[in-house]
Amino acid sequence: MIGRLLTALDRRLGAASFAKRALDKVFPDHWSFMLGEIALYSLLVLVVTGVFLTFFFDPSQAATVYQGSYSPLAGADVSQAYRSVVGISFDVRAGLVMRQTHHWAALVFVGAIVVHLGRVFFTGAFRKPRDINWIVGVTLLILAIANGFTGYSLPDDTLSGTGLRVAYSFALSIPLVGEWLAFLVFGGEYPAEGMIPRLYSVHIMVVPILIGALLALHLGLVWHQKHTQFPGKGRTEHNVVGSRLWPTYAMKSVGLFFVVAAVLFVLGGLVQINPIWLYGPYDPASASSPAQPDWYLGWTEGAVRLFPSWELSMAGREIPNPFFPGVLLPGLTFLIIYAWPFLEARFTRDHEIHNLLDRPRDRPLRTALGVTTFTFYFVLFLAASNDLIAKWLSVDIHTVTSTFRWLLLLVPPLVGLLTLLLLRTLVRSGADRLTEIPIGAFGGSGRKNPPGK
Amino acid sequence: MNGRRGTQVVAIALAASIVGSLAAVVVYALGGAPHLEGVFIGVALGGLGVGLILWAKAFLPEGGEVQERENLAPGAKEESAAEESLQRGVRELDRRRFLVRMAAGAVGALGLAAVFPIRSLGARPGDVLIDTPWSDGVRAVDSSGNPIAATDVEIGQVTTVYPEGHLQAADAITLLIGLPPGTDVPVPGRESWSVDGIVAYSKICTHVGCPVGLYEPTTQQLFCPCHQSVFQVSNGARPTGGPATRALPQLPLGVDDNGWIVARGGFSEAPGPGFWSRPLGDR
Repeated sequence: MIGRLLTALDRRLGAASFAKRALDKVFPDHWSFMLGEIALYSLLVLVVTGVFLTFFFDPSQAATVYQGSYSPLAGADVSQAYRSVVGISFDVRAGLVMRQTHHWAALVFVGAIVVHLGRVFFTGAFRKPRDINWIVGVTLLILAIANGFTGYSLPDDTLSGTGLRVAYSFALSIPLVGEWLAFLVFGGEYPAEGMIPRLYSVHIMVVPILIGALLALHLGLVWHQKHTQFPGKGRTEHNVVGSRLWPTYAMKSVGLFFVVAAVLFVLGGLVQINPIWLYGPYDPASASSPAQPDWYLGWTEGAVRLFPSWELSMAGREIPNPFFPGVLLPGLTFLIIYAWPFLEARFTRDHEIHNLLDRPRDRPLRTALGVTTFTFYFVLFLAASNDLIAKWLSVDIHTVTSTFRWLLLLVPPLVGLLTLLLLRTLVRSGADRLTEIPIGAFGGSGRKNPPGK
Repeated sequence: MNGRRGTQVVAIALAASIVGSLAAVVVYALGGAPHLEGVFIGVALGGLGVGLILWAKAFLPEGGEVQERENLAPGAKEESAAEESLQRGVRELDRRRFLVRMAAGAVGALGLAAVFPIRSLGARPGDVLIDTPWSDGVRAVDSSGNPIAATDVEIGQVTTVYPEGHLQAADAITLLIGLPPGTDVPVPGRESWSVDGIVAYSKICTHVGCPVGLYEPTTQQLFCPCHQSVFQVSNGARPTGGPATRALPQLPLGVDDNGWIVARGGFSEAPGPGFWSRPLGDR
């Protein structure tokens, strides 16, 4: 039966030789190679739950009166968008699970991409010939964040409206073109009438198409260039050692999909997220406090909170304060991430093809720089909750903010330096793990002979 | 894991999945309950996932397969052959250089024409960012549209007001604040902008535009809940903390013949966050 189907396809498409190569293809085994798959499978859950939500969501800012089953809002003046999202949550059977799972999947999607990016960075997997796929991957991260933000903005509740207001002000702050850019993106002065329908098109069509296309390219390149592997017995730059696609790898990977989906649905069922009926409909005259964005924008939010009250004005023109933390910092961040493979190749003068991965410890400088960078953004992320921290500690908010400024300047370089010293000691001592470093190795000043194991 | 034990474990996981799916169906049919739906769908998916992974671990060959990497770029010969193919086409096109230029012109003109629909995406920015519906004689009304008398605003109290007939104007949202006698230090030239100790300032933060909603009557300070800017209302609403760099724009107040609070003109400067061509200084 299957044999006949294969024959039929082969006669028409010549599919047999491809099928043979595909089924026999070898993938290297390592737990860290699953991170990208987690992102992929979160995306699948996003698509399935998202399509369900589109059947019920009404992307309209038209005013209406809420008459659904959630009684505290009975008779409230709300927009159609807000009404329909409250409706999905209370009046569509399985709607709340789908909505919450969709939101959780978005958080995990971006999270898995960031951790995957960390894996690729710290193991040097971005080096030639995969520098090209690094660019595709970083673009996918930007698109994932963009779609997270546009989705978060759709329900037209107090929190999402405030987020949009901030995004509009960032666009407005760009020198020379800011006013045009803000008006073309949002449709006019905030809050413009067609804003939510526009975001909806972007959220369910424009960005998903781009993500789909780039994802196909991303995976196609992995397939074509073959996956990297860690060095080990029998593993060289010229081979791949691991399990075949069929059936071992396929079964494990499909299993991983179901596990990822299971975790997301349990989160969606049990852990409340974005309860917009508690926030209330958007009203430009009110904002809630404390207000934090979804985690993946925490670093920009933290930067906006920490950046001092400076702005530039000259010759009758001004570059307002939010431009620096809200536009310049993210722009530079992604510019440097995009450029990293080429910067590193230039500084190390290494233009060779690499198919074997680095152990992070064997590249102390790169690892230390990466740790410094991640720490920098993590401090910014924490600073986005300065109001919550001030409340918990009963400390003045501005004390918390200025403390964070110092932490941002001091902690990342310190952590980076410590990483560098530890890794150098680790390599020199020849120990297998940090805890096995002989005490004497820490005092060592130069080239001692490694104790050897 | 030996064969029998492996079979048992995988079968249990798959059985749990079946039970989870059926339970989810029952919950749904009985009217639905978000927590149970999440848990049962989770069990259905998780049982299947764990079952497949354990199956692979127990019974499928793992690792040890070796495949050679074919050289993706065998050499300079192929590359120069590809370049030669490209050049062959270029040479053929190059014989009609005039047509190449015309085609380039046509594509360029088409690109230019395609820019114009983008222009439809937004209105022309400009004065709309600076002007608000406030002008001399416009009454201040609350969110229900009711006008406000000076006696309605008590000391230590803030009232959100809108220009009458423009409850939707997000750039015109204003706070009326009753200051204790003797505390207000008006900006020079604005001594007559208050009514019985009541001052009016834009509610839109000059940082990124959040509503500046939190008022501390004992210190006469306004706090922005988004990024914690602080404005000293009794001193021209100048920023004294947080990231904001500019004072909240002030609205000159007066009283009309019926005793209602009215504006005596527009804001002292463009309300809301800054932008490149914002007029600097007072208007």
